[in-house]
Amino acid sequence: MSSPRSSSLLAWPATSSSRARRPVASPGERRKTKFRRKLKENLTAYGLLCAALVVFALFSWYPIVRGVLLSFQQVDFVNAPTWVGFDNFERLFADPLFGVAWRNTLLFTGLALVFGFAVPFLTAVLLNEIRHAKAFFRLAVYLPVMLPPVVTALMWKWFYDPGPGLFNSALGAVGLPGGQWLDSSSTAMLSLVFVSTWANMGSTTLIYLAALGTIPGELYEAAELDGAGLWKRLRHVTFPQTRFVLLVLLLLQIVATMQVFTEPYVMTGGGPDDSTVTVLLLLYRYAFVYNDFGSASAMSLLLFVALGVFSAWYVRLTRKADQT
Amino acid sequence: MRTLVSPGALRSPRGKVVYGVVFACTLAVFVLAFMFPLYWVITGAMKSPQELAQTPATLVPHEWHPETFADAWDQLSLGKYFLNTLVVAGGAWLAQLAIDVPAAFALSKLRPKFGNVVLGLMLATLMLPATALLVPTYVTVTDLPLLHLNLINSPTAVWLPAAANAFNIYLLKRFFDQIPDELIEAARIDGAGPVRTLWRIILPISRPILAVVSILAVVTAWKDFIWPLLVFPDTEKQTLSVMLQRVAIDMPLNVLVAGMVLASLPMVALFLAFQRQILAGLTAGSIKG
Repeated sequence: MSSPRSSSLLAWPATSSSRARRPVASPGERRKTKFRRKLKENLTAYGLLCAALVVFALFSWYPIVRGVLLSFQQVDFVNAPTWVGFDNFERLFADPLFGVAWRNTLLFTGLALVFGFAVPFLTAVLLNEIRHAKAFFRLAVYLPVMLPPVVTALMWKWFYDPGPGLFNSALGAVGLPGGQWLDSSSTAMLSLVFVSTWANMGSTTLIYLAALGTIPGELYEAAELDGAGLWKRLRHVTFPQTRFVLLVLLLLQIVATMQVFTEPYVMTGGGPDDSTVTVLLLLYRYAFVYNDFGSASAMSLLLFVALGVFSAWYVRLTRKADQT
Repeated sequence: MRTLVSPGALRSPRGKVVYGVVFACTLAVFVLAFMFPLYWVITGAMKSPQELAQTPATLVPHEWHPETFADAWDQLSLGKYFLNTLVVAGGAWLAQLAIDVPAAFALSKLRPKFGNVVLGLMLATLMLPATALLVPTYVTVTDLPLLHLNLINSPTAVWLPAAANAFNIYLLKRFFDQIPDELIEAARIDGAGPVRTLWRIILPISRPILAVVSILAVVTAWKDFIWPLLVFPDTEKQTLSVMLQRVAIDMPLNVLVAGMVLASLPMVALFLAFQRQILAGLTAGSIKG
């Protein structure tokens, strides 16, 4: 690989300067050299591309097709897969947990938007105004992002412990009653959303901060000269100027939170009373507990279609909003 | 730079007081929300098991047991799991560089026939939610088409799918696109082949983007949970995250917490060492306001 002329495949095609040194060629011969040059150029390119093509084919493109096929097949890894039509989907719809999982996932996504969208944006607006210890704030808010999610989940599970956990100890210290946190079906999901927000807000906050940094200062000056107070400047300058980033991150966050898995798997296992069974957790059970890969694939397909329809609708909506 | 609040307002006596109060409150909230949990975990690891089980919890350990970290290292066989994680993450990193860099270079600078189709097919995979491919990719990994290899329990089950990363190719291609063609033309006239040009000319000037891709690759692999959970059923082969989750119920709490601290240290150290590149990577793929 090191010597440039070691292999013809890896060499550049002949350049015009090297061709000029050759004796005069007939038009037919010239066409042939041109064709050969093109061929060589393409071969080199595909030589460099081949490893990527193989991994994409094996681990991306083929699984896409396979996933759709699996949704309509019964697979047990002993007998050959059989075609079962919509049986897998019917099984899913008949499972009472199926509706529960979708409701829980939508609840998680909704709650995650309330916290995970508003809190980082307001934090970024606040940090943008602070002139001291900037490096510390960035470091602090991003540190949880670097922790392995399993560590974060186990750590918070311990914080939430109704007995010697951090929260109830702190509440007890100031004379307040403790909560059941993960052990009550009414608060378990909220508790998971908190963990997820804490763990992930660093990246969104810093992206917002970068976007806020690009707002031209004259806009604020002009607004102020026109008599706009703090709130009006926020509403009429900051918001419109960061609109695009806000919309993109909103979409990304919805797509990401719809796929929540680690927190419920590690912290609650779906309980109590199935209140934290999410779509992905149920999908995991179908595939790796019940060994029903067909139904699990059908579930992936439904999730994909739901997110795809949502994304398309969202992109159209924002485009429309941009035009007005 | 001018922001929401005008510099004039900040200089006024009232502005100074308000700023001071806001600053102090923000600092307090940040310390409480982001520093205190870390303090709690590190000191928690050093409490005795009795003290850890005590209600209410103690703010400062009564007795310090730093030896818990050594116990955790032995009891959890952390050395082995660190090595496993290192192999998985390091291999994923190398595979991504070795496969995605030449691909991006070919698509950006050699522009082969159907190159745009290939790029389009790669980028299209970005639109799929990651988990939509979980089951079919797992099925594929258990029995690779044509080769009929089973990659379960092999680190290649992480390395190879990690290399099918359209985002990397997009980032790298965008960077290579900015490198002037004249530079490559000059190398060609000097007699360098494309591989040599890539190695000697392109890679040295692409250090910033290579750093970003490298760090993204390592951090993603180190943090990943669901995929290693699926492909390493053999407990001896598992990564730190999968192992910690598996033993969480049976381990004494102080040992588990010490293990959690130790498992997080490499990523925290990486962050402190490469803050600039990591924060650059955060905004690299996106999005100008």
